[in-house]
Amino acid sequence: MRLTLKVWRQKNKSDKGGFETYQLNNVDTHASFLEMMDVLNEQLVNENKIPVAFDHDCREGICGACSMVINGRPHGPLKGTTTCQLHMRHFHDGETVTIEPFRANAFPVLKDLVVDRSSFERIQQAGGYISVGTGSAPEANNIPVNKVDAEKAFDSAACIGCGACVAACKNGSAMLFVGAKVSQYALLPQGHPERNERVLNMVAVMDEEGFGGCTNTGACEAECPKEISVANIMRLNREYISAKLSVEKE
Amino acid sequence: MALDSKIPSGPLGEKWSRYKSSVKLVNPANKKKIDIIVIGTGLAGASAAASLGELGYKVKAFCFQDSARRAHSIAAQGGINAAKNYRNDGDSVYRLFYDTIKGGDYRSREGNVHRLAEVSVNIIDQCVAQGVPFAREYSGLLDNRSFGGVQVSRTFYARGQTGQQLLLGAYSALNRQVKEKSVELFTRHEMVEVVIENGKARGVIVRDLVTGEIQRHAAHAVVLATGGYGNVFFLSTNAMGCNTTAIWKAHKKGAFFGNPCFTQIHPTCIPVHGEYQSKLTLMSESLRNDGRVWVSKSKGDKRKPQDIPEEERDYYLERKYPSFGNLVPRDIASRAAKEACDDGRGVGETGMAVYLDFADAIKKYGKDTISARYGNLFEMYEKITGEDPYTTPMMIYPAVHYTMGGLWVDYNLMTNVPGMYATGECNFSDHGANRLGASALMQGLADGYFVLPYTIGDYLSGEILTGKIKSDSPAFDEAEKNVREQIEKLMNIKGTKSVDYYHRKLGKVMWDKCGMARNAKGLTEAIEEIKRIKTEFWSDVKIPGTANELNPELEKAIRVADFIELGELMCRDALHREESCGGHFRSEFQTPDGEALRNDDKFAYVGAWEYKSENQPQELHKEELVFESVHLTQRSYK
Repeated sequence: MRLTLKVWRQKNKSDKGGFETYQLNNVDTHASFLEMMDVLNEQLVNENKIPVAFDHDCREGICGACSMVINGRPHGPLKGTTTCQLHMRHFHDGETVTIEPFRANAFPVLKDLVVDRSSFERIQQAGGYISVGTGSAPEANNIPVNKVDAEKAFDSAACIGCGACVAACKNGSAMLFVGAKVSQYALLPQGHPERNERVLNMVAVMDEEGFGGCTNTGACEAECPKEISVANIMRLNREYISAKLSVEKE
Repeated sequence: MALDSKIPSGPLGEKWSRYKSSVKLVNPANKKKIDIIVIGTGLAGASAAASLGELGYKVKAFCFQDSARRAHSIAAQGGINAAKNYRNDGDSVYRLFYDTIKGGDYRSREGNVHRLAEVSVNIIDQCVAQGVPFAREYSGLLDNRSFGGVQVSRTFYARGQTGQQLLLGAYSALNRQVKEKSVELFTRHEMVEVVIENGKARGVIVRDLVTGEIQRHAAHAVVLATGGYGNVFFLSTNAMGCNTTAIWKAHKKGAFFGNPCFTQIHPTCIPVHGEYQSKLTLMSESLRNDGRVWVSKSKGDKRKPQDIPEEERDYYLERKYPSFGNLVPRDIASRAAKEACDDGRGVGETGMAVYLDFADAIKKYGKDTISARYGNLFEMYEKITGEDPYTTPMMIYPAVHYTMGGLWVDYNLMTNVPGMYATGECNFSDHGANRLGASALMQGLADGYFVLPYTIGDYLSGEILTGKIKSDSPAFDEAEKNVREQIEKLMNIKGTKSVDYYHRKLGKVMWDKCGMARNAKGLTEAIEEIKRIKTEFWSDVKIPGTANELNPELEKAIRVADFIELGELMCRDALHREESCGGHFRSEFQTPDGEALRNDDKFAYVGAWEYKSENQPQELHKEELVFESVHLTQRSYK
């Protein structure tokens, strides 16, 4: 099939950037979206032009590297699907496809479709862990975990850290991402000793990094390729308030 | 040169504990003065960096991805083995050790493998304490499942995303150390050279992938945890960025490369469907529990699967291996699929696929039961292929999945270059000629959490008086100069073909001649073809842009240049090993009924290759494998 691509091109962080239009004449419907981008890049190399830079790695929907906004939607039109798992059969012959980077204050563009998501790293470093040194763990079955809670913790832990929630949110909020990590540990007994410091520290860094607040539009859940529930944001709020109160009491 | 594996003396079950009791230590005050570099942040790298940081060493960790969490360990599906014996089904450390040695077709070291089985139990404890959400029973206790090639249930899992959850656990431990400032993390940085000074590893040269800046980093020890090199085949189940550059540069600076030709080809992957294809996707091995593998009895049969009557189908695994049927080990299932396709009986548009059919299972158990067992896999298949496996048989074909070979290391996980270590998939040590399912995650975490933190002290205790390693020495000047020259050379070729063009070409040679079945003629041709690819690459590759910016084409070119050289070595290794074992099948060496024929008298050794120079082939060194505890037998699945 034939496609017209409108792709965001930006040389580097300080460049203003803009759209370029490209024609692709022979796109295989079985190809994935990123394979279509490979074909475009091969074409650009052959025409002595600079290929489009984009983040990608596993191409199995699990590493969280790929990060495009396709026709206005993070990871494109398909529900619960990362860009790398989106296939060209979901587009039609002659269609114009617009491809942009994830856009948010806290995700500056580095080049073309590649953004800097290190703000996510700094949030995780602020408290996204349980402080257990190597070798100091008790026997695994000494910590029984209710099966339902374990399943819920897994649902939260399934976040791939891609940032689609932030890109989808009109406020550029990271509360789904942070809520998912806080929830995973809040649901497990192992996470309880540090739950107050964890949520306070992570939220503090989230605010410092310039992410916006949540106004309950639910766009994050709708666009999340792993369909992480907004219930994680509610739990984040609950954990935060409870932590604030108990810290004040102390 | 004699290769000393440094296996401790004493009975097999006591080697590791004796070693730990006598190994030299570095006291806490001295640890602060010791710098360690860790390359790679997958299971092996992240767990090592976190654990070494906790001990008090000054650690610098590097990954080429934008986050440590994106390393390819994240994609492992099935599970992680541990000899906990929670099922009361007769499992033990010895049994896990034995299964691993046998599964590896007797080409791994007893001492290393026994240690791996011993520490497997600690891994589960550690991960649970970190908050890894393993599958549980209603009692709240941990659940297990069974995996191929063994008779016990010892695999711990987190749905189909065990690798993701274990990596996020290691990543969280790493993040904690970053906050404590014991680990400094460099993302989007790729190691492009190792620095050797007076025979010791003293640092690395890395390239900042965003700015193109070439940086020097000095340390008392360098740990390579950079994963496998399956992308030498271009198409594999590896992530796009997986590469051999770090270990290849180490090899060229003196580290021996062990058993490079040992590659695991996984039988159940989604087949290749076009020239544009960039990678292959694995479908869990568990599908073979209920799916039946078949092709048509007649060549070139272009009918739809539904139109081929039962009596005209060849369920070739059930026919050839009546006692194991569709559940034969990975290497055997893969080769049988290749034979059917080579015979002109492959299916699909390309003829390079076989059917994996669930019709009988659906008839027997109902659609709901099959959906409960494999629902997410069927969904993933449909997402990628656009076909519904409930109504039409899946098409599958084998794909490169894991590399058992890697840098040669001794019991300490140190290469033959003092101060340079290799952990996880990038070393050769634990899986012999074939890896068992759910053992890769086990090895990565064992090395990083529980082995290296002990063994590295043995070497570093000799470095406490060395003082800070300086990065302005002639060795660093030389290494940086090499890197700059290589990049300049690549950028100045300004040829006519893209990097991918050469990578594809290399991959095709490797797959056709050093893939599932190999023979002397093909391998000899492959070596010549790869030499030609190398010459062409270095005279006609085209890399747009500049070296001082984010330039993915340059990144790929640096990696492919190394893949080309590695490919040649893999062919040489495969050519010299005149036997069939595990994933290495030489068609000249098979039993009359087509099974792998090992030659223990001549080849029960690790082939460790020493780099000589640009135009001189590597020299082979042998580490004889000594089997004190297990008896070597021929595998049979008939």
